Amino acid sequence: MKKSAAFVLTLVAALGLGACGTSNTSSGSSSTPSVIKAAWVYVGPITDHGWTQAHDEGRKYVEQQLGSAVQTTYKENVPEGPQVAQVIEDLIRDGNKIIFGTSFGFQDAFYSEAQKHPDIKFEQATGFKTAANMGEYFGAAEDADYLTGMALGAASKKGKIGFVAPFPIPEVIREINAVTLGAQTTHPGATVQVVWTNTWFDPTKEKQAAQSLLSLGVDAIGQGQDSPATGDAAKAVGVPWSGYDSDQSSYAPDIWLTGTVYHWGPYYAKRVKAALDGSWKMDNYYGSIADGMIGLAPFGKSVPAAIQSQITAKMDAIKGGTFYEFTGPLKDQTGSTHVPAGTKLTLNDLFSMDWFVQGVIGSPKGS
Amino acid sequence: MINDSVLVVIAASAISYGTPLLFAALGELLAERSGVLNLGVEGMMLMGAVTGFWAVQTVGGPGWVSLITAVVVAALAGAGTSLIHAFLTITLRASQIVSGLALTIFAGASGLSSYIGHVANLGGKPARHEFDALNVLGLRDAPVIGPILFHQNALTYVSWTLVALTLFYLYRTRPGLHLRAVGESPGTADAMGVNVTAYRYIHVMIGGALAGIGGAFFSLAITPSWLDGMTSGAGWIAIALVIFAFWRPELALVGAYLFGAFSSLAFTLQARQVHLPPEVFASLPYLMTIVVLVLVSTGWARRRLGAPAALGVPYVREER
Repeated sequence: MKKSAAFVLTLVAALGLGACGTSNTSSGSSSTPSVIKAAWVYVGPITDHGWTQAHDEGRKYVEQQLGSAVQTTYKENVPEGPQVAQVIEDLIRDGNKIIFGTSFGFQDAFYSEAQKHPDIKFEQATGFKTAANMGEYFGAAEDADYLTGMALGAASKKGKIGFVAPFPIPEVIREINAVTLGAQTTHPGATVQVVWTNTWFDPTKEKQAAQSLLSLGVDAIGQGQDSPATGDAAKAVGVPWSGYDSDQSSYAPDIWLTGTVYHWGPYYAKRVKAALDGSWKMDNYYGSIADGMIGLAPFGKSVPAAIQSQITAKMDAIKGGTFYEFTGPLKDQTGSTHVPAGTKLTLNDLFSMDWFVQGVIGSPKGS
Repeated sequence: MINDSVLVVIAASAISYGTPLLFAALGELLAERSGVLNLGVEGMMLMGAVTGFWAVQTVGGPGWVSLITAVVVAALAGAGTSLIHAFLTITLRASQIVSGLALTIFAGASGLSSYIGHVANLGGKPARHEFDALNVLGLRDAPVIGPILFHQNALTYVSWTLVALTLFYLYRTRPGLHLRAVGESPGTADAMGVNVTAYRYIHVMIGGALAGIGGAFFSLAITPSWLDGMTSGAGWIAIALVIFAFWRPELALVGAYLFGAFSSLAFTLQARQVHLPPEVFASLPYLMTIVVLVLVSTGWARRRLGAPAALGVPYVREER
């Protein structure tokens, strides 16, 4: 008797966790009738100090810009799997008319839901599948990565830079290439050594990977990871550090250089407004520094003024279209010319990039 | 310089990443010595991690006050969580396996610990204070032994003291003898006048407290911040470690550093252009534990080295 009571208690305790899922709604105002409901589906927590947090700041920007004309909702920590369709169905039932998905792994669920609900607008970040009511969006982070590389190169005395990288996929490979090319402008001959973590977000692994590079004597370190753990490792040995996704300077202000950041807000506001006034059209949008989707985090105090103005000048050149980092001649790791002089890599080249430029130490195929 | 050589780097990081395993394994070892298997280590560690981080963010005063408070809070949270297991398995005599698993699910990743982190809004902020590596006796840069032995944080030195204390307690004190008796033959211990229930409650809770401190090591030393599920399986490795160490504190120390070395070895080698999948190293602790399980399954080894005889068996006086 006692035993079965205990068993029931244990089961109840085990099931209790089901209640801890999170979802939040906040509203500008609900009184006005011409209100659109917009929803975001996130893969991580809104406090990750990286990718998801940047998107959520975009959502808040929409509320700020559209005020009482919009009601926003988000679902965080949604795993890439069968739950995505369920989450979308719930959001539609709640009356959301435009739904944003911010992880590559949501793509298939978004696509099939878009087929089922032609009256709902879908938007999916970092993917490639589109439909009449489903658009894609991403940004040219590589431009800002190049500028970050300039800061890293200038900070490195020996020209030995480390880079903690998530997955060997084109998005990350072009990031590493851009960082390396940027570093070589401020420190000719600089090398960038890569360690793959095979995770977007696992602070312990990221820190271990950073430590492995620091123990080799790299004297500047960058990252393509979503957490600031690399900075934590760099702080212990006083090595300059560049971040990613969001301004992470508060974690280690003394060694912080800069980092690529995303400003999703203006794009989100534009798209929600378009959905509200009926002008929304499917688009495959690739944002840039010029339109403000991509930016550079504020410089840390360890970046000298001369370097800051050099980087800012280059940023203006990128904005103005007079400079593009992936213009030939570009050599690969073996030293042979991969991109002939004058040739500019196309968006297709960037999206299928599987080779490292000269100066990168490590394999573009991963560990 | 020799201190940058690969072996020194691996040894130093083995100690820093092995320390949380050592805390949790010592705790689990004491609980199992009393005859109670607690599979809730991962959940208790996460409770320690989240409450310890909360304390360091909330408690004012100088850094060391805040850090010591955080460790105490983490220990209390771990002990409090283990009390659920103690009540279910000792008082209600529920299955230790089911209760322990439930504890990890209930308190662990996307469970209560995540909920606390969410409600207290702990994510996405750096810790106000953290356990930095110390420069003990000024020997930090001594060749070879400097980075390994004299450049660790305070909790690591505490864990060494704990191993010595646990050894002394188990083999040189009367309560230690009673504890071993409770784990081997609770009926005999009861006949000797030992309060089996009290011994089991106390040691399950000490186990919880040490797991809590092990968890706090993640949020206050390894990556000083709070993240859902940040111990990422360390609790399970600690349970395997107890078996690997034949329920002996001194072997738990060795095993913790061995398993700690595996966690960062893949990256250290990769940086030196030796490419091996990290999954190989991630699975090594479990593979080695399986090998040990096979080795101790012989009758002789089980009597000499094996688990406490009453491990996993609820004690019911009437059935004596």
